[in-house]
Amino acid sequence: MPQYAFYIDTSACSGCKACQAACHDKNNTRSEIKWRRVYEIEGGGWEQQNGAFISVPFSYFISMSCNNCGSPVCVKACPTTAMHIDKNGITVVDPQLCIGCRYCEWACPYNAPQYDSIIKTMTKCDLCEDYLLAGKKPACADACPMRALDFGTFEELSRKYGEEKRLLPLPEPGLFDPGFIIKPHRDAGRATNEKVKVAAKKEI
Amino acid sequence: MSISLNKAESNSFNRRLFLKFSAMAGALLINRGNKPGKTRAGITGIIGTGEEKIIRTGCPAHNCGGRCLLKVHVRDGIITRIETDDRPGDEVSDPQLRACIRGRSYRSRQYHPDRLKYPLKRTGKRGEGKFERITWDEALDIMHGEISRVIREYGNSALFIPYGTGSYTNLNGRWPAVRLLNLLGGCLGYYNSYSWACTNIATPYVYGTLNTGNQRQDWLNSRYIIMWGWNPAEMIDGTNSAYFIKKAREKGARTVCIDPRMSMSAVALADEWIPIRPGTDAAMMSAMAWVIITEKLTDDDFISRCCSGFDSTQMPEGCEKEESYKDYILGTRDGIPKTPEWAEKITSVPASTVARIAREYATLRPAVLYQGYGMQRRAYGEQVVRAGAALSAITGNIGIPGGWASGLASQAGSEPFWTVFPVGKNPVKTSIPVFLWTEAILRGKEMGPADGVRGAPKPDNNIKLIWCIASNILVNQHSNINRTIKILGDEKLVEFIAVQDNFLTPSAKYADLVLPACTQFETWGVEDGWKYGEEVFLTPKIADPPYETKSDYRICADLSKKFGVWDEFTSGGKDERAWAEWIIDNYYRKTRFPEMPLFKNMEESNAGVYVKPVIEPVVALAGFRKDPGRYPLKTPTGKIELFSKPLFDMNLPEEIPAVPKYITEWESPFGREAEKYPLQAIGHHYMSRVHSTHDNNKMTMNAFPQHVFMNDNDAAERKIRNGDLVRVWNDRGALVARCRVTSKIMPGVIDIPQGAWYNPGEDGTDFGGNINVLTTERWTALAKGNPQHTIMVQVEKYRKG
Repeated sequence: MPQYAFYIDTSACSGCKACQAACHDKNNTRSEIKWRRVYEIEGGGWEQQNGAFISVPFSYFISMSCNNCGSPVCVKACPTTAMHIDKNGITVVDPQLCIGCRYCEWACPYNAPQYDSIIKTMTKCDLCEDYLLAGKKPACADACPMRALDFGTFEELSRKYGEEKRLLPLPEPGLFDPGFIIKPHRDAGRATNEKVKVAAKKEI
Repeated sequence: MSISLNKAESNSFNRRLFLKFSAMAGALLINRGNKPGKTRAGITGIIGTGEEKIIRTGCPAHNCGGRCLLKVHVRDGIITRIETDDRPGDEVSDPQLRACIRGRSYRSRQYHPDRLKYPLKRTGKRGEGKFERITWDEALDIMHGEISRVIREYGNSALFIPYGTGSYTNLNGRWPAVRLLNLLGGCLGYYNSYSWACTNIATPYVYGTLNTGNQRQDWLNSRYIIMWGWNPAEMIDGTNSAYFIKKAREKGARTVCIDPRMSMSAVALADEWIPIRPGTDAAMMSAMAWVIITEKLTDDDFISRCCSGFDSTQMPEGCEKEESYKDYILGTRDGIPKTPEWAEKITSVPASTVARIAREYATLRPAVLYQGYGMQRRAYGEQVVRAGAALSAITGNIGIPGGWASGLASQAGSEPFWTVFPVGKNPVKTSIPVFLWTEAILRGKEMGPADGVRGAPKPDNNIKLIWCIASNILVNQHSNINRTIKILGDEKLVEFIAVQDNFLTPSAKYADLVLPACTQFETWGVEDGWKYGEEVFLTPKIADPPYETKSDYRICADLSKKFGVWDEFTSGGKDERAWAEWIIDNYYRKTRFPEMPLFKNMEESNAGVYVKPVIEPVVALAGFRKDPGRYPLKTPTGKIELFSKPLFDMNLPEEIPAVPKYITEWESPFGREAEKYPLQAIGHHYMSRVHSTHDNNKMTMNAFPQHVFMNDNDAAERKIRNGDLVRVWNDRGALVARCRVTSKIMPGVIDIPQGAWYNPGEDGTDFGGNINVLTTERWTALAKGNPQHTIMVQVEKYRKG
């Protein structure tokens, strides 16, 4: 079964969260349950000489939902098999089986499983499976005002966009085989030499 | 949910509405029984199983800079989903008009439990927020009685409908009320806006026109683009403006963003971000001119043919001995050459960077210098507009594909519409600068030409009645809230205030009468493409107005009956839909878009929008550039005026110089005030709101909560940590908000995004985070505009009590 994947152009993402809003609207999720969320990355610092700023920080955004990993650690971590790969190859959670232990949340390096504290169950992005079955892309992928998101099978996308999966501070992709391709931001190179952090953690 | 099923709501219509509002609240709890990927949890499961309709319409934009297309899903009269433009193609000439978070999150505003439902009459003191429910008949009687009384006792010029853009289709907001008052003898007028007061006035002094912009697709012809204080990714300066910059970069343009904040646009659209001290842009521009002139990078042919006042050889008659633009830049009169080193001390931009940007801009032609509007909402906003235009002129980047003339830059070749709805003629000829309405309350009769009064030497009244529609200007969006609420609280000054809106806003709390308006989804409207677009949107009525809400037009039509002018007001009985038809068939089709489909075809096709693709973008001032003798500008010399004789003749050289100059602001880091208030505060346009609209929308505000953004170093000095509550204050007021410590704003500057709802505590400290408790009511010299970003403040960690 081919792996579904997102193309994430971090060189053009403005962090406007239209994708996130489209996801909330389509899936009727509360604002704190973010099946798609946008990480704001900050790095570098200010350096002053005679009052003028000769070096300035950098920043970029990474929009992320479930990456539909080839080796989904959330599935491995689940003690009840609630988190499973369905017949269309999409990792989903069965709310009847989920006991809300949140192990999958711990395991996933991308924060894809999102805990709903009211119903005490994990929830997560299912790539808008109903849209996929109807021949449409997920709501987020068609939302981006910058056209910085795309969706397809990994194979299709890699022909168009290459196979880059590395961008700090995302983890090494090898362990998870995530379904995404990244176009690095102009300052991605600086991130390898200078410290980067995820800002605005409360908004994620 | 505070709505109860009382008697008044027990008819079937309102029962359904109750379900609608409750359903939204319920919808947001994901039902455990619904399996992801199978049945989608939410309102579809709760609200019946009626047929789903999809209606294409314009986004209720509330006058953000964008105009986008929404695909609204409706089931049983309830909006269940909001998608955006999915027209095939998505070509640069006719790109999809994709909505942002504000449009996509609209359901949470539409079905907000705090929506106004009934007319309300004040019971407590003004501003206390205490009201009782009254009937529409009572409300309209009060309106009729008060308007009649004020006209009788004072005259029509004591009536005022303030600026406001909270509902901004051609049939909603303030326009119907303007039409009604015009039928009743008129009201005090205003001119200009809070958005771009300075550029609106300054641009014509240079170019004789506001239409100095090429169509935006032309940016793809540029090699170099300076986004100066311009953040189109967030404030949406035209739908797709940010996307066009992306396309220009793909074609090889180099882009630079100059801004005190590392804005979304600086991150996503620029190859380089250059932080600059707020209010000093004209200094950097002048130093760029110094480099361009001294290194002989000027376009001398263009200057000699098309400019006036560049140097002593081309001074206007009677001003031959005055200081030319070049004199100022080289410092031949004032002894201060405007070198990059001079600018570095003011702007904090390294001299080498200033020089490099100047060289790049002058040599990587054609180049765009796009001026954002934030830097002209400042003490000397007029100067920065003219200084930017001067750079375009001396490098000859005007009237050519890929160039850009700067200034207001309304697109050439097709005037924007702004208002099409026929409001009629105002029999009161007097108008005031929009920002000076509190002055007109306090001393209207004493105001004169020095205050920018137009149409008559002076108003013959102070403002005595305010009818505020789709506007939060009364309290929230005007400068110096603590001053404004004192003025509004005095019932001897403004004797009657009516506010017409969707919510009990901070402004509505100062009303004597509150009129509940429906949203744009609940009535008909027509929108145009704002400043740029070649688009017309038909926005049909998608849902019924809930409870006793009515459209702005309906409210005015009902009121017109009380005045006995219903027939004239409705032009023989037109309803909202009939006006939408009139606007499309009799206005747009007979002026700019003759090929546009008829209203009825547009309605049938459910297209939502008509777009005229931009195949060959129009270039502003191209004819003038080719032959300035044959196509002169509407300036006194017919040329681009780097030196302006009309400004010279005003004889106020300190504040209104004849050539564009950097002037130190009245509150700045360079004055004595900085000892007490060392930080500059700016209030950028925030992604989560359109001005103050959406401030109560959880879906947008949780994505972008209100914050005071502060640089790490400034925070560390004050022992402030990320997430702390901080107090920000100056002599005019104080606010408390959560601090976001970030490296993405330059040291010495804080940002308090404008538009948060004013929420005062007992001692008057604002806990809503509204920057206008800190801003000043002082106006700019030439435009009489709002300088709301020119303020100095101090910040400390907030401690209760």
